[in-house]
Amino acid sequence: MPDELERGRAIFLDEARELVDELETALLGLEDAPDDKELVGRVFRAMHTLKGSGAMFGFDDVAAFTHEVETCFDMVRSGRLCVTKGLIDLTLGSLDQVRLMLEGAGQASLETAQGLVAAFRDVCAGASGSEDAALPDGKAAGTACLPCRPAPYPGGGEPATYDIRFRPQPGIMLNGTNPLALISELRAMGDCNVVAHTEQLPPLGEMDPEACYTWWDMTLTTARGIDEIKDVFIFVEGDCELSVCRLGEGGQDDGRALLGEILVEKGDVTPEVVEEALRRKKRLGEILVDMGKLTPAERDEALAEQRTRERASAEQAGMASIRVASERLDVLADLVGELVTAQARLSRLSAVLGDPELQNITEQVEKLAEMLRDNTLGMRMVPFGTTFTKFKRLVRDLSRDLGKDAALESSGGETELDKTVIERLSDPVLHIIRNCIDHGIEGPEERGAAGKPRQGVVRLSASHSGGNVYISISDDGRGLDAELIRQVAVDKGLVGPEERPADGFLFELAMTPGFSTAKSVSSVSGRGVGLDVVKRRMDSLRGRVDIVSAKGSGTTITLKLPLTLAIIDGLLVQVSDSFFVLPLGSVRECVERAGTGANERQFVDIRGELVPAIPLRSVFGIPGGVPALEHLVIVDEGGQKVAVAVDTVVGEHQTVIKPLSRAFRGVEGVSGATVLGDGRLALILDLPGLISCAMKEEADWLRAA
Amino acid sequence: MGAEETTGTTQYLTFTLGAEEFALDIAKVREVLDYTTITRVPRMPDFLRGVINLRGNVVPVVDLRMKLGMPAAERTVSTCIVITEVDLDGETVQMGMLTDSVQEVLDLDQGQVQPPPRFGTKLNTEFIRGMGKRDDRFLIILDIDRVLSGGEIAELQHTGMESLDAEAEMAA
Repeated sequence: MPDELERGRAIFLDEARELVDELETALLGLEDAPDDKELVGRVFRAMHTLKGSGAMFGFDDVAAFTHEVETCFDMVRSGRLCVTKGLIDLTLGSLDQVRLMLEGAGQASLETAQGLVAAFRDVCAGASGSEDAALPDGKAAGTACLPCRPAPYPGGGEPATYDIRFRPQPGIMLNGTNPLALISELRAMGDCNVVAHTEQLPPLGEMDPEACYTWWDMTLTTARGIDEIKDVFIFVEGDCELSVCRLGEGGQDDGRALLGEILVEKGDVTPEVVEEALRRKKRLGEILVDMGKLTPAERDEALAEQRTRERASAEQAGMASIRVASERLDVLADLVGELVTAQARLSRLSAVLGDPELQNITEQVEKLAEMLRDNTLGMRMVPFGTTFTKFKRLVRDLSRDLGKDAALESSGGETELDKTVIERLSDPVLHIIRNCIDHGIEGPEERGAAGKPRQGVVRLSASHSGGNVYISISDDGRGLDAELIRQVAVDKGLVGPEERPADGFLFELAMTPGFSTAKSVSSVSGRGVGLDVVKRRMDSLRGRVDIVSAKGSGTTITLKLPLTLAIIDGLLVQVSDSFFVLPLGSVRECVERAGTGANERQFVDIRGELVPAIPLRSVFGIPGGVPALEHLVIVDEGGQKVAVAVDTVVGEHQTVIKPLSRAFRGVEGVSGATVLGDGRLALILDLPGLISCAMKEEADWLRAA
Repeated sequence: MGAEETTGTTQYLTFTLGAEEFALDIAKVREVLDYTTITRVPRMPDFLRGVINLRGNVVPVVDLRMKLGMPAAERTVSTCIVITEVDLDGETVQMGMLTDSVQEVLDLDQGQVQPPPRFGTKLNTEFIRGMGKRDDRFLIILDIDRVLSGGEIAELQHTGMESLDAEAEMAA
């Protein structure tokens, strides 16, 4: 039993974190649309769930704390309080508090919690104190009262009658739920007529005393809204069948079906008779056609649409998801990696043995392994948009703290990325956004003076292209000052005083450790730790950072990342007895040429286009002579074509990427290693690194000459 | 390290490089392998011989002789790769060391270990944790964390600086 409670707590923690995230999204949305009742409802329900399940699993502090917030949002929901910037600030602050409480009871500061609770009580007291003037207490809730429309279902509105069917599952009482308590809660809401269905009660001897065999039909006449009725059942949502329907709103068919059911229940007629009677009834479409209001063609069209809608909702129901711990997916991906490696051995063996039957099976296994690989990696893909809320919050809080006015615009949230990539990408993106607001975007006055809109914009976008994902963060701020960077670089001795390097090179320099042009160190940035952290993290993800900036009009930082970190399609090539893998996505074509010496000019003519060649043997210092016939692999790297000269092209290879050890942190031109079918290792080439190696080699050669 | 010094006896793995006998705290040793094909990683310092496939994991191999300033190892029948677990910037990393031969596992108690002489070992004294006395011979007990991480980082950072210079020149 204690184990079960522990498991329950773990599940609660998972769910609570999700709820807090959802709350954050809803609150930020509410800031843009303060009178969106849907959002208010979401906030309230999430708080309510947090409170309820928190109490159930012994997180009493969370429960007590969220209770205050919930009270406040209950008032918002009923229209007695309106959404203000202050309230949203306060609630966001309280979410942080809840996060701390969830992470570990001791971490959360009691005083902060008490302060927040007091602030919420102030807000509530301010609202109820001045019932008709909906303005909350200015001191506690901040200044501007955002526009607010009256609630659609105010507490004192028109009474309506609802038909409620509550059919709990037998195990409901095991969770500590008392169905009768729920029903008496309903009775308290208004005039309530309850019918208990006890047909399923087994004989006493077979009865499980802990199971619930009864279900209820209720008719409730109340002034409360349908949401409030549903909220009564909020904790048993998964454990019961619940239907709440406002009488007069539900379709005619529902009413008739109910009549039939009542008659059957009373035993007046048998179900078959009702069915028969219903079948005799003319369909609505036919009646309308008979009345001449509808042509048969129109009716068919509408019926077709009805069918599509039904199918769509059925599909939605079929798309139910299950929760899987991410470690399990990692294990699965590892196993698939090993399977692909083992399969490579099998393929090699079958090629050697030349047995047609074995080859047949091998090909089948190969195909299956490939599909399994794609599916497994696909499962780990998460839309990048899931992180937007965090960034939006950051922009909001930071611009407030720094006295700036900035908004985050995001696009491409549907772009999918490997889960681990998203996790590791989050820090660099946070860093860059922080930089944008601290250094990039000017204060409102300065912006006004420069003829820019007072509100600055940070744009975050994600897109796919080839085997890569591009995340770009741009601002419309003051841009990077290339001249200032040059001067700092000169001071640090990185650039000669007379040199005038290209802007791009200077921005690269700005990413080296300890390089900061910030004149003042703020709480946010300026300590010279920033861009270099971004660069290092991107290197570890095999990604690249590009900076484009124009002084006065803003900066765009683009992060380029490979789609996945685990397995890629590669082209296996050989030089002497060393093997290398080129990412297949970059390979354009393979051609042959007569071998050339190391000292000859290294460029080739590919159908009239001059392409520089990189002789892998000499760049990597591999011993051995150039064969009579060399192979050139033409690759496209960032729009530039390069020919990589190798001895032989072995063929395609499903490449399970193994990182090189940390001992090789300074390695250039190689991004990892992979295990070949015969157990040997092949190095995976990093094309941009390889190109810069070749350029360096040539520069050295020129200097020596 | 403190804990090891207070306990009486420690087990050591002994191995040879050339004519000299070295020892290594057995807690640092994961396994001993026969020589296997080492895949060279280009543009790396010579003592970093390359990587091997250790049951699907990619493990770097260091030529310990070169690392300690001796001539490069020649492959013989008794050449072994000792897989160690090294602390690199607070992270435990597997690394292989190429040794001429592996000898035995030895118990030495605290009294049998002396601090290294200030000079005369022809080795960076930082690399030596102590001198173990056995019969009338001395074993050099290596501080493998320092041997395999310290100098290397400096060296790699050095190559990093060079590349930056080269780039600066190119851009100029």
